[in-house]
Amino acid sequence: MPSYQLNINGKNYAVEATADMPLLWVIRDIVQLTGTKYGCGIAQCGACTVHLDGTPVRACSMPVSAVGKKPITTVEGLSSDLTHPVQQAWLTEQVPQCGYCQSGQMMAAAALLKKYPMPTDEQIDTAMQGHICRCGTYPRIRKAIKTAAKLAAK
Amino acid sequence: MQNPPNKFSRRNFIRMSGLTGASLTVGFFMPAAAKGIPELFTAGDAIEQGVELSAWVSIDKNGLVTIMSHRAEMGQGAYQAIPQIVAEELEVELDKVKVAFAPGHQTKWGSQITGGSSTVRGGFKNMLRAGAAARQMLVIAAAAKWNTAFDECYAEKGFVIHRPTGRKFGYGELVENAAKLKPQTGVKLKERKDYKIIGKPLPRLDTPAKLNGTAVFGIDHRLPGLVYAVVERCPTFHGKIKSVDDKAARASAGVKDVIRVQMPVFAGTREGVAVIADNVWNALKARKLLKVEWDETGIDPVDTEQLYDRMRKDLAKPGLTQRQLGDSERVIGKAEKKVEVVYETPYESHSAMEPLNCTAHYTDEKIEVWGPIQGPDWIQTDLADRFKIPADKVIVNMTFLGGGFGRKAFTDYTTEAVTISKAIKAPVQVVWTREDDMTQGPFRPGAVYGCQASIANGRVNAMQIKMAAQNMDHQWAPIPDKGEYNRSTTEGFPEAYFDMIPHYRFADIPTEAAIPVMWWRSVYSSTNAFAFESFWDELAIAAGKDPLEFRKMHIPGDKERYHALLNKLDEVSGWSKRGKNEGWGLAIAECFASIVGEVVKVSKNPSGGVKIDKVYTVMDCGWYVNPDIIRQQVEGSIIMGLGAAAVHATNFKAGRAVETNFHQYRMPRISDTPEIEVHIMENEEKPGGVGEPSLPPFAPALCNAIFDLTGTRVRKLPFDLKKLG
Repeated sequence: MPSYQLNINGKNYAVEATADMPLLWVIRDIVQLTGTKYGCGIAQCGACTVHLDGTPVRACSMPVSAVGKKPITTVEGLSSDLTHPVQQAWLTEQVPQCGYCQSGQMMAAAALLKKYPMPTDEQIDTAMQGHICRCGTYPRIRKAIKTAAKLAAK
Repeated sequence: MQNPPNKFSRRNFIRMSGLTGASLTVGFFMPAAAKGIPELFTAGDAIEQGVELSAWVSIDKNGLVTIMSHRAEMGQGAYQAIPQIVAEELEVELDKVKVAFAPGHQTKWGSQITGGSSTVRGGFKNMLRAGAAARQMLVIAAAAKWNTAFDECYAEKGFVIHRPTGRKFGYGELVENAAKLKPQTGVKLKERKDYKIIGKPLPRLDTPAKLNGTAVFGIDHRLPGLVYAVVERCPTFHGKIKSVDDKAARASAGVKDVIRVQMPVFAGTREGVAVIADNVWNALKARKLLKVEWDETGIDPVDTEQLYDRMRKDLAKPGLTQRQLGDSERVIGKAEKKVEVVYETPYESHSAMEPLNCTAHYTDEKIEVWGPIQGPDWIQTDLADRFKIPADKVIVNMTFLGGGFGRKAFTDYTTEAVTISKAIKAPVQVVWTREDDMTQGPFRPGAVYGCQASIANGRVNAMQIKMAAQNMDHQWAPIPDKGEYNRSTTEGFPEAYFDMIPHYRFADIPTEAAIPVMWWRSVYSSTNAFAFESFWDELAIAAGKDPLEFRKMHIPGDKERYHALLNKLDEVSGWSKRGKNEGWGLAIAECFASIVGEVVKVSKNPSGGVKIDKVYTVMDCGWYVNPDIIRQQVEGSIIMGLGAAAVHATNFKAGRAVETNFHQYRMPRISDTPEIEVHIMENEEKPGGVGEPSLPPFAPALCNAIFDLTGTRVRKLPFDLKKLG
């Protein structure tokens, strides 16, 4: 079985996996970081979103062999002590209900804010459109992204 | 008329969950001497060492308080509401509290089935008493230590204080002595005006763990030696296996075993082939290599179009009467002014973001399961029955649920996981794919409503509503008397209307179909209210009345609660000041002991169709715990209601579900979300439900607004907002 060197949240992991194994299952079942979620398996819901070299990708649809040397960030890598502005804002606005989709939502929001530090409603819609929340936390996600932008600007 | 007891009806679950007096005290105060600590701790790592003072409260020597969440946390906020109630009477601040999920237990906390929006309304008194009892024991213990009078001592912020001297003990210093005392009953509860915790919009205790990946959902549960399984189940409902060729699957990487497995689906079963591997991906890959032939003889090739044709035709039948007064048939028959319309609502999938899964470990001594489970006590008895072992040898552990909406209060997936663990003699996590979750059901039943009413002197003088739909109660073994009416036929209809309609009849015509159906957030109200409140709008227009005034005309003057709600809705939305045909619609619904009114404002979308500008909601749930959780639930219910009204539906073809994943069963997205304003009524009514009641009024309020704007009456859901007007 091929082996891969992955850099996840600044830590190196040597993993053995078939080349077609999606990054999602490598992260969850081999590396044992379970904050990244399985939602649909076909890049429709965004629950599995992680950053690959700072860009949000759908880990369910990215084979481990395509990762290369690019560093990966998962929700655990935002911060463990909730100091990332997105986590802070999510806490302030009390965004999560069930919370299952929120890892992916926060990863998308963090990437959006890197690109547009003060995003407009349209930019928020575009960045977050691929993320399903069945609990319907969308109004609070929108509000929290704006709060995070203000926190980050401080 | 009293309904016969029905072991598995939803109504009975609600009864069991403590809404009637008799069951309130079941298993409530565990004697302190037999505190039940061992069984609590065998539930795994949920709780740290501490001494139990009442069913909900344990305290360790450092004063850390653990409060048990006996109900599932699936987003609706039980994990916050329960401690917020208990801590109020316990006199402890929430930052000193740790919450643990209670294991399934038959009597200790009353019903644990998390449904019917019943956690607070069903159990609030028990939880208040549990907190008060524990506090009383701590105060008695302190008074004894000081050798002083009990009434010279009081509790505050985790301490017992001796009033004359200011001396104090932390709860941790008192707990061992307190635990030796008799459980306290009849402790006086606080007045609502003295509450410091209840009624406040406190941040949820489960939020931090949901922001850094540490919250453990069912699918995240890990065990030493855990293997993973996926199951290829028959795509037609209740289908069987004819043959399996698993050679290629067995040879696939990481595969440990391939076995046949059976899962109960109500009175029937469904067969499947389980692939067990070292991780989910290897199991999924091997599953694709299975060659399974299904035996579909005798399968109902259910098809949406044919099914709805049949339901529409069925409306001609008299139906089974749930509730009637006078002779509506005769009055409508000879009326000069009448309205007769048909409304249709679709089947729906629950599609919680966390697909079904369950981790199970079967050994000769016990069965233990972990998972996103809405009814741990039910699962405990169910597994004990099915696997023929005593219930105390079945340990059911709740994890966080990534959504539930009714689907995870069911016994199929837990049974299947235990069956697999038993067969392979190893702990196993069975993971359902999104496709499995979306196509296997049970689904929300679709319904067709035949509505007739007559108007005289500007008022409704007779109304008849017939619902053609599957009756969920008809699926359980033993199959019940199908001549019995569906007890949810009027669910969602504001009770006050009944007082003002001289002749009415509500009946159902049960639809027979092989589709497994089940509770979906707000259950029959989710479809009923669309028919009821669209119909009221049509009647108001036929009578030439303002829709809000028309509703008030049909509510007795002394039913102040309804009038206050409608007045508030008018005030916050500016209903009375609106212009003609500007796109305003309203609806109200009453279910799960709450009343909710909604006003929707729509406008023409410059890019075509109609867009929703704003939703105003007024929720009257009486005595409440956390207003911010109410707001969350209202926002979420409206968005879920929007999905079922104007975005998605489950269809059937050749006995199987057509929509398999989110590319077909589309979901509302952030850009579809309207602005939502939430108002909560302040009154002294008993607590009502919060998680469900604001979903039903949304679809009719939206469609009434669309009619106001465009003149198009939407009578069939779902519809496409972009293709209107």
